[in-house]
Amino acid sequence: MSVLVGNETRLIVQGFTGSEGTFHAGQMIEYGTNVVGGVTPGKGGQTHLEKPVFNTVAEAIKQEEANTSVIFVPPPFAGDAIIESALAGIKVIICITEGIPVQDMVKAKQVCKNHGATLVGPNCPGVITPGEAKVGIMPGMIFTPGNVGLISRSGTLTYEAVDQLTKAGLGQSTAIGIGGDPVIGTNHTDAVKLFQDDPDTSAIVLIGEIGGSAEEEAAAYIKDHVDKPVVAFIAGSTAPPGRRMGHAGAIISGGKGTAADKKQALKDAGVTVAESPAEIGVTLKKLLG
Amino acid sequence: MKIHEYQAKELFKEAGIAVPDGVATSSVEEAVKAAEEMKENGTSLFVVKAQIHAGGRGKGRTKKSNAKGVILCHSIDEVREAAESLLGDTLVTIQTGEEGQEVKTIYVTDGVDIQKEFYLGILLDRAKSQNVIMVSTEGGVEIEKVAEETPDKIVKEWVEPGMDLAPNQARRLAFALGFEGDAFKKAVKFINALYNFYVKQDADMVEINPLVLTPEGDVLALDAKVTFDGNAMYRHKDLQELRDESEENPIELEASKYGLNYIKLDGNVGCMVNGAGLAMATMDIIKLSGGDPANFLDVGGGANVETVKNGFRIILEDQNVKAILINIFGGIVRCDRVANGVIEAVKDPEIAKKVENVPIIVRLQGTNAEEAKEIIDNSDLNVISAVLLKEAAEEVSKVLAA
Repeated sequence: MSVLVGNETRLIVQGFTGSEGTFHAGQMIEYGTNVVGGVTPGKGGQTHLEKPVFNTVAEAIKQEEANTSVIFVPPPFAGDAIIESALAGIKVIICITEGIPVQDMVKAKQVCKNHGATLVGPNCPGVITPGEAKVGIMPGMIFTPGNVGLISRSGTLTYEAVDQLTKAGLGQSTAIGIGGDPVIGTNHTDAVKLFQDDPDTSAIVLIGEIGGSAEEEAAAYIKDHVDKPVVAFIAGSTAPPGRRMGHAGAIISGGKGTAADKKQALKDAGVTVAESPAEIGVTLKKLLG
Repeated sequence: MKIHEYQAKELFKEAGIAVPDGVATSSVEEAVKAAEEMKENGTSLFVVKAQIHAGGRGKGRTKKSNAKGVILCHSIDEVREAAESLLGDTLVTIQTGEEGQEVKTIYVTDGVDIQKEFYLGILLDRAKSQNVIMVSTEGGVEIEKVAEETPDKIVKEWVEPGMDLAPNQARRLAFALGFEGDAFKKAVKFINALYNFYVKQDADMVEINPLVLTPEGDVLALDAKVTFDGNAMYRHKDLQELRDESEENPIELEASKYGLNYIKLDGNVGCMVNGAGLAMATMDIIKLSGGDPANFLDVGGGANVETVKNGFRIILEDQNVKAILINIFGGIVRCDRVANGVIEAVKDPEIAKKVENVPIIVRLQGTNAEEAKEIIDNSDLNVISAVLLKEAAEEVSKVLAA
């Protein structure tokens, strides 16, 4: 077993026939992910990439027993796409879309909670269990099956860390890109919990960045509940206060959310912190001996 | 997206949120005229406020006339004097940096009598993914300071997602501020109207500091700081028109027009990266290599010839840049294509001239990374290649030591 996605995943792609959806659905199918179809309202009944297209998520569940959804719907409609999946009974919803209004996400997240769905993202690279299922936009070939669970907000920094792990001979159980927005479904703490409870994960890499207090909360959880080795890196030590570093959430405000505070909280929780982004892989290798 | 105080107050007025009377203008004569009209309506105290996006105006000073950014005036002559000293001068506050911000517009308002000052703010609580309303009896003081020193003086109400602010919550906030009688009713109405404004207009922060109670029992927003969620502006065309591009950093503005996310910093090593997280990490590694990052620059998913060219143009406008580190993790974008793009960009005559004395380190990793390195190494250009992030860091150190 791994977490969130794997061999049991029966995936539908919301925004299936759009350019992003088409390209990445093709890549996911090529990777071996069990894509059972897609949803584009108004295009139900068509076939796309040799898979059925449905008007609604509910139909896709009925016809294809879909249990997971990945969303490439444009920002004005993406919040509603999340809500549709949650109401229809999808239990794992992974939203790639970048640029969703915050108030839309406040509502969509609550609906997921009310209906027992796990939301990952938005504005994230997705989730991959190497060798089983790739649900997102990450380049599949840099991942190797193994026992390291990886959590990160951003896309390319995740790839960087994975590449270092793979080169250090450390495969990954699952890599979760949680996203860089202020409102995200699964946060660092939720992801750490998943990995702590996963028998196939023996070590955790947590990549954080400036802004908010999610890393501090994860540190508090790790201190009390996690016995697996954890390595962390926090991006943004050199970022000035008051400026948004790309991700809407990455901002040091009122002296809170600095990299130094987050690193300290993690160290206090017994986490090994890599000071350089070039040393994430070797730091874990050393820790595991 | 930021807007000016006077724009926020005009929006407030439309939304039924009480504010003192005021007129925004960029002419001294109009400022005087506005004050005269207010005087006819019984006002004897006026406030002239510089309209710039940065905070800390009250404590700021203008460069030429050494005037404060917020001036209390007791006569029409003083209003004239204040308007003359502010308009066209440059205001420096703790938030503007040394260069300051030119005052193009002033806001002349009724200087209401104040019986009591409060703080009222609405924003997203990220930890809870809920909107939170915060009030404090410590008005006029920076809320961060109150949070630090006397956190029990801040009262919060979290609004249930997808629901309106419940009447009992608005009441609890007004009680917490000590309102009574008619003023209590006005405060409840004010809080409700402000929350509805926040949600309906997709604000990401609304801050009233101070909110005031007048001796007549009115509850008014004496100041107003409003920022909007840029992602939601597609559904607020009217708000988009309030954007004042002259308040923004010109290079950052130019970058955003190319679809690049650029933030200028004070260092000596420029960088160009795909992805925000990796861009921050790249800044960090520049520091660890003995340099200082000159910028944050996320070129996004594309990284083609045009984005790389535009990236170079933007970075090279900064005279402090002594070296440039390009860090692209090619996943779905192939590294050999990015390498060719970099070479084509560096050969561009305009860029070539500027980078003569600026070493460029290109780190490409991911699909076809080795081929990409070969392309760079065989290019005869003053470009150093690297595959591992660690190697790129070492090259930065070498270049800076040379």
